[in-house]
Amino acid sequence: MPMPNTPFSRSDPPDPPPLITVRGLTFYRGDRAIFRDVDLDIQRGKVTAIMGPSGAGKTTLLRLIGGQIRPHAGRIEVDGACVHELGRRELYQLRKRMSMLFQSGALFTDLSVFDNVAFPLREHTRLSEALIRILVLMKLEAVGLRGARDLMPSELSGGMARRAALARSIALDPMMIMYDEPFSGQDPITMGVLIKLIRTLNDALGLTSIIVSHDVKETASIADYIYLLSEGSIVDHGSPQTLERSRSAWVEQFLHALPDGPMSFHYPAAAYAQDLSLAQEPSP
Amino acid sequence: MGAFKKMELAVGVFVALGLAAFFMLAMKVSNIAELGEDKGYKVTARFENIGGLKVRAPVTLAGVRIGRVVGIGLDTHTYEAVVTLSIEPRYDRLPTDSSASILTSGVLGEQYVGLEPGGMDEYLKNGGALKLTQSALVLEKLIGRMLTNAVSGDNPPAKTP
Amino acid sequence: MIDGLRRLGRSTLFWLNRLGRATLFLLRLLSALPTLAKRPSLAIRQLYSVGVLSLPIIAMSGLFVGMVLGLQGYANLVDFGATSSLGRVVALSLARELGPVLAALLYAARAGSALTAEIGLMKTTEQLSAMQMMAVDPFARVYAPRFVAGIIAMPLLAGIFTAVGILGGYFVAVQQLGVDSGAFWSQMQSTVKLFDDVINGVVIKSVVFGWVANWIAVFEGYDAIPTSEGISLATTRTVVNTSLVVLAVDFVLTALFFGV
Repeated sequence: MPMPNTPFSRSDPPDPPPLITVRGLTFYRGDRAIFRDVDLDIQRGKVTAIMGPSGAGKTTLLRLIGGQIRPHAGRIEVDGACVHELGRRELYQLRKRMSMLFQSGALFTDLSVFDNVAFPLREHTRLSEALIRILVLMKLEAVGLRGARDLMPSELSGGMARRAALARSIALDPMMIMYDEPFSGQDPITMGVLIKLIRTLNDALGLTSIIVSHDVKETASIADYIYLLSEGSIVDHGSPQTLERSRSAWVEQFLHALPDGPMSFHYPAAAYAQDLSLAQEPSP
Repeated sequence: MGAFKKMELAVGVFVALGLAAFFMLAMKVSNIAELGEDKGYKVTARFENIGGLKVRAPVTLAGVRIGRVVGIGLDTHTYEAVVTLSIEPRYDRLPTDSSASILTSGVLGEQYVGLEPGGMDEYLKNGGALKLTQSALVLEKLIGRMLTNAVSGDNPPAKTP
Repeated sequence: MIDGLRRLGRSTLFWLNRLGRATLFLLRLLSALPTLAKRPSLAIRQLYSVGVLSLPIIAMSGLFVGMVLGLQGYANLVDFGATSSLGRVVALSLARELGPVLAALLYAARAGSALTAEIGLMKTTEQLSAMQMMAVDPFARVYAPRFVAGIIAMPLLAGIFTAVGILGGYFVAVQQLGVDSGAFWSQMQSTVKLFDDVINGVVIKSVVFGWVANWIAVFEGYDAIPTSEGISLATTRTVVNTSLVVLAVDFVLTALFFGV
């Protein structure tokens, strides 16, 4: 993988064409630019992580890729199709092949775990109930929840809910999965389980995975490629090893969770806060 | 799936209850019989004044409902109201000299047509007419008459002394 | 003065904006109906939660309202010796006004608020987003079945309310106060018209109310700000707005059907 050193460089893709290409993406929320002229590529079959501090617009990026919101400028192509130029019918066709794991899991609270996983199958296929049952049990087995099939979502722990949702998101055998903060708020054991699941599912099913996260260690441990996002731009990108060796002060600060550095975590009020604390501690 | 079956059953019961409610409203509360095809024979009656009589008002004989009013018109020559009554076919033995009056059921009740059977051997047929009629009592006229009577009756004694 | 006018202008624009969005929402809702027609089981599930579950409150309220009508009607008519008219008083008030209107108000409180809260919560917990990402249109899968089920349930509930109310009136008048049973029913039958009172009164009114109530309930859920506070506001708005609109529409319909 070539080592990129400028944040805005058009990354030259390796051999197979990327599954997702984003070019010149610009998106505003109100007056605030969430993205300013962002370019990125998601390679097929790889686990790509998009990391950045909270509020950097990571989730928004997933929603843009999923076509739930439209960019103000730029293009997002998924498997050759420009997402925001598709009609509703074509977009829905495309979405059957992509899948998203929401932060909360977003299980349907009125359906049991089994019915949740069966939901996309019942909606989009005309398979018999017997066949659906087999498929659902296979997906549940993959996430280790075959025994929990009759539980309601309210009876699941956070980690189990995420795994059940993961089973649901692979129900239609998609080409890609987008994970929105899969690790946040999980205990270390659950995190370990999720990390392993994301990696094994990606490799076993030949998926393309996109992980949006600010959990550096966990994400870096499974990602093939990482984009670092801050204040609407890509600060750096590369494989975990490359980034580890990066001399950029910002990357250093983010990856090693240093409390201070070029990046202030207190977004708009940062300067003011530092001003107030100047009296007590010497400025760096 | 068992739960869904139960739910279907509950919904079925609900819809059946709703329909039963409408059935009751139609059959027991309103008079759906009046909406049936009108098979009765028509008889006309002329009144000087029909008061507040409405189409679909009942026609009764001896207090029993035997038909209803199906039309109200005005004869522009005689300035009489022409009321068309529809009498159920099974009451086909009404003497031709029967009389019709417009009555009021109770103080607040609505007006209806009451028939008094006559004594003739011939019976009313479709298109027949009731000759003897008594108009509605119009309350204002009654009160007016009572007042004039009272005034004319009161005045003479007042003058004498 | 200027300030007041500006505030008036702002709230007018705000309401027009909402009305516009609600109309667009309704159009998309209607365009999802053909999809729903292929899967009526979705609406049956909703018919259970808006219809069957509303049945107890509707039946109980109908019974009590009918009994109160019987008592009040008797107390007022007995002075004129016209207690035989009690049947028609009870039946006409219920069929023309109280049945459809009270059923709609109770529906807004029982089922409408629940619809708003349910949809709002689905939105907050990303269930609707998840559904969209699974290429399932929430209009066809979530909103339309609820809307249609509500419109089907409303006239049935109003009919049940009216019928139970009349039975309640009968119970008080005939069983308790000694009004003649024959007079009660015959007076009722001779005045209540199937088309004018039952069809126009109960059926048409309650279908219109059902349309309004469910449109508001589903839209408020759809439009809710996805926070717990947003849902609570939306739920309140559903009940308040439905009540106001139902009463206003009732006036128009009454003027249309029963006005001179």
